[in-house]
Amino acid sequence: MGRIVLDQVSKSFGEVEVIPPLDLTIEDGEFTVFVGPSGCGKSTLLRLIAGLEDSSGGHIRIDGADATNVPPAKRGLAMVFQSYALYPHMSVRKNIAFPLRMAKLDQVEIDRRVDGAAAVLNLGDYLDRRPGQLSGGQRQRVAIGRAIVREPAAFLFDEPLSNLDAALRVGMRLEISELHKRLQTTMVYVTHDQVEAMTMADKIVVLHAGRVEQVGSPLELYRAPRNTFVAGFIGSPKMNLLEGPEAAKHNARTIGTRPEHIAISETDGEWAGTVGVSEHLGSDTFFHVKCDAFPEPLTVRASGEMTVGYGAKVFLTPDPAHLHRFDEQGLRLE
Amino acid sequence: MATQHSRSAARLMMAPAVILLLGWMLVPLTMTLFFSFKKYLPLRGDSMANGLEWVGFDNYVRFVSSSSFWPSIQATLIIVGGVLAITIVLGVLLAILLDQPMWGQGIVRILVIAPFFVMPTVSALVWKNMFMDPVNGLLAHLWRAFGAEPVQWLSQASLPSLIMIVSWQWLPFATLILLTAIQSLDSEQLEAAEMDGAPVLKRFWFIVLPHLSRAITIVILIQTIFLLALFAEIFVTTGGAFGTKTLSYLIFQRVLESQNVGLGSAGGVYAIILANIVAIFLMRIVGKNLDA
Ligand SMILES: Nc1ncnc2c1ncn2[C@@H]1O[C@H](COP(=O)(O)OP(=O)(O)OP(=O)(O)O)[C@@H](O)[C@H]1O
Ligand SMILES: [Mg+2]
Repeated sequence: MGRIVLDQVSKSFGEVEVIPPLDLTIEDGEFTVFVGPSGCGKSTLLRLIAGLEDSSGGHIRIDGADATNVPPAKRGLAMVFQSYALYPHMSVRKNIAFPLRMAKLDQVEIDRRVDGAAAVLNLGDYLDRRPGQLSGGQRQRVAIGRAIVREPAAFLFDEPLSNLDAALRVGMRLEISELHKRLQTTMVYVTHDQVEAMTMADKIVVLHAGRVEQVGSPLELYRAPRNTFVAGFIGSPKMNLLEGPEAAKHNARTIGTRPEHIAISETDGEWAGTVGVSEHLGSDTFFHVKCDAFPEPLTVRASGEMTVGYGAKVFLTPDPAHLHRFDEQGLRLE
Repeated sequence: MATQHSRSAARLMMAPAVILLLGWMLVPLTMTLFFSFKKYLPLRGDSMANGLEWVGFDNYVRFVSSSSFWPSIQATLIIVGGVLAITIVLGVLLAILLDQPMWGQGIVRILVIAPFFVMPTVSALVWKNMFMDPVNGLLAHLWRAFGAEPVQWLSQASLPSLIMIVSWQWLPFATLILLTAIQSLDSEQLEAAEMDGAPVLKRFWFIVLPHLSRAITIVILIQTIFLLALFAEIFVTTGGAFGTKTLSYLIFQRVLESQNVGLGSAGGVYAIILANIVAIFLMRIVGKNLDA
């Protein structure tokens, strides 16, 4: 079990209100990702849930019980830190066993659980090493191992992959998703990488300056961003957000169209422009096109086969079915 | 110093310093060894010019068989051990305290470090006359305020008094080194332990103390080396009386008070051997701790 409910939870550091009162429900077994730009309060929110930070107001309920004033150890949550926070003077085995030792389990049970976790995480060969003798990915796995042996109600991850190289990150991403499928335990995962959010989450919570901008499944956020912030944040490359007379034609202050929803043609189309830098990924090519109608260049996705050179004249046509419209406040218009 | 070339260049550049230090050490060492095998009593007319009588291991045997020898070893060990225990226990506690955010932190830190800047002679005199004087000392007043008979600190409790004075001097050093070590502890480790269900004392025992172990061994090593040579504090307080005669003080008495250079030199050689035994012992521990 691991249903976490935040009810008007807020946090201030002295004068500065980092998180204004906020409501959020994390369902049991759900993989929830907090995503947002740096400094928006993701870690603070996670630490509030963990109990490492006292909330300035509101209530936190875990499985129905009020946990607002419960110390971290008693909340039944396990956290994986960005720096891994392994105990450097203990072997991998001792690290993983530490929470069990603190819970005063008997040695047989401790060994059983540690060996179980080591098997799940492929750490069997490293149990007698010190953390200093492991690679980044292995340390990450030890940190996860230390979290899973406790069989917590929920896992909290604070940017666990940001210290790993790109290839390893993709691998660990899969492993964590795999682990979630197997354990079916609630996971709350903090990242500023929207690709991680899109690929792993059941539910994404987009945060901006401590406020929840939108909550929904990855595809909901992709298809119907509630405002321009979410529209610009979710999706890679970013959605093109356009203002001016072209937007007014659609009765909106701002219109948004994703790079993959614009057709590019050398002969005819709605907006004329010149090609700037093009980024070739093999399967796709992203063109940065400067249109006469807009001050900012647009990003357009085309097939990897398409070749138009720098400075070539092209025409762009947005797909009307995937055009997003936003009003003066930046809110979505249906 | 990765390459062959840079290593030999480094050796070349270090050579003058090494040779100077070696000479600095070797000259007094050979002279001590030389005198320790000679009968050299300046007041009885012995002098280098007349040539000194070779007496073999006589001085060594006499130094050890003297009734003051074993008590001096005992006093040395008690003082060194006592000061180490007090400075490390209090040093760890003070370091933890100073690491907490508090009002006036900068000033408090300077105050804590201050005793280290007081010369040993001065601090011993201050303690002797201002605190431990049985008539006018602050402690005597305190005792009387509670209706108790003032303690004759330096005669009745001479060793504890000395340990107290020396600990007061060395506590800042231990605190300072331990404080920097505590500050380098990753706070996420403590938070992780907190989430893992370790209460404060267990966090101290399993996380903070192991993190400090290296700093503690360094404090032990450095302090032991200096404490074995303790002198000024004994000289100005008890003058070696009331069982406070340490090995280094005994050597001083043999050479300067009894004017027996040969005997004192033999004692000096014993002191060198003792210091080396301690050093080897400590190096083992430190070595184990440093490459972990
Ligand atoms: N202990 C603190 N005292 C004062 N301000 C703090 C403290 N901790 C965080 N803040 C402020 O709270 C805000 C949110 O910080 P937080 O660490 O939650 O950001 P984040 O979203 O996790 O960012 P990042 O992606 O860079 O980790 C920041 O503006 C930060 O300066
Ligand atoms: Mg953060």
